[in-house]
Amino acid sequence: MEIQNSSAALLSNYEVYSLLKELQTGEKAGKKLRKQQKHLATISYETIKYLEKTPCQQQSAEIIEQFRRKLRPFKLTKAEELQLLNHRPTTAVEIQLHIEESEERLTEHEIDSLLNVIATVLPSSDAADEEMEQS
Amino acid sequence: MFILAEMTDVVKVPPWMFHLKLNEAIEQELNKKLANKVVYELGLCIALFDITKLEDSHIFPGDGSSHTKVHFRYVVFRPFVDEIVVGKIKSCSREGVYVSLGFFDDILLSSDSLQHPSRFDETEQLWVWEYFTEDGGSHDLFMDAGEEIRFRVVDETFVDTTPSGPEQQVIEEPINAKEAKKIPYLLTGSISESGLGLLSWWNS
Repeated sequence: MEIQNSSAALLSNYEVYSLLKELQTGEKAGKKLRKQQKHLATISYETIKYLEKTPCQQQSAEIIEQFRRKLRPFKLTKAEELQLLNHRPTTAVEIQLHIEESEERLTEHEIDSLLNVIATVLPSSDAADEEMEQS
Repeated sequence: MFILAEMTDVVKVPPWMFHLKLNEAIEQELNKKLANKVVYELGLCIALFDITKLEDSHIFPGDGSSHTKVHFRYVVFRPFVDEIVVGKIKSCSREGVYVSLGFFDDILLSSDSLQHPSRFDETEQLWVWEYFTEDGGSHDLFMDAGEEIRFRVVDETFVDTTPSGPEQQVIEEPINAKEAKKIPYLLTGSISESGLGLLSWWNS
């Protein structure tokens, strides 16, 4: 077995979550010899359980596209955008953690507007809970 | 947290799987081989993402299975250094705090990378952050097991755990043959910055 490219692409939690969900409920799910796929079943179950508690549960491809478009003026690296997407920070302290040298690269006003973009574009789990209670 | 790795491998499809489409048989074999396993210098493999290229299949004399060289992409868990990750505290010991993500357990926050000042409470067997407020009072913030914790990945260590061949003829101490279990992929983390540590510390 050879590794051609050990890091061909970064994947967001949402992409991994939807891939694993598809695997679980996929067309071949019934026919698959489950006893042979013990490792896959274990890892996908545990990973889905972990990812369900993260903000990626409420995300979709359109939301991610919109988020990336709105982030363009902030000139963040791909890794930083990915972290913001996966963690959905709500405070300036969290932004400082995810973005390197945020004090030098972003003014306070920009940090506020970044938090605003995150809060408006990315749905939060609390909003989803509220919707469930109302309906 | 997750990356896509491009790999190639020769996959052996045994005759009893010939009724399946080649793609499905190969997907099953690759997942059987790699899912939930750590590949040295790569990370923890999760699941097959897709197959990019299938070369011709060959049959070798004496073996009824078909062998196919496959180019594929696999989803691998490998947080980059300096990435922020949220996990649950598994246990505490003198060396530090052990954190688990559910699907990945080998994460250690060493005792000198905890918030300053922290101390190890022997009775509770827990680490405690002694937080001093401005007016001179101090709060003892316990790091209980099961609590969610946010940490930064500081280092990753890969250990090759392939078994060694039978070079030694005499097994010296069969009773003490259990050496320290080698961890194939260990993440070292730190919570010494503001914003890191138990989520409950920063959530008000």
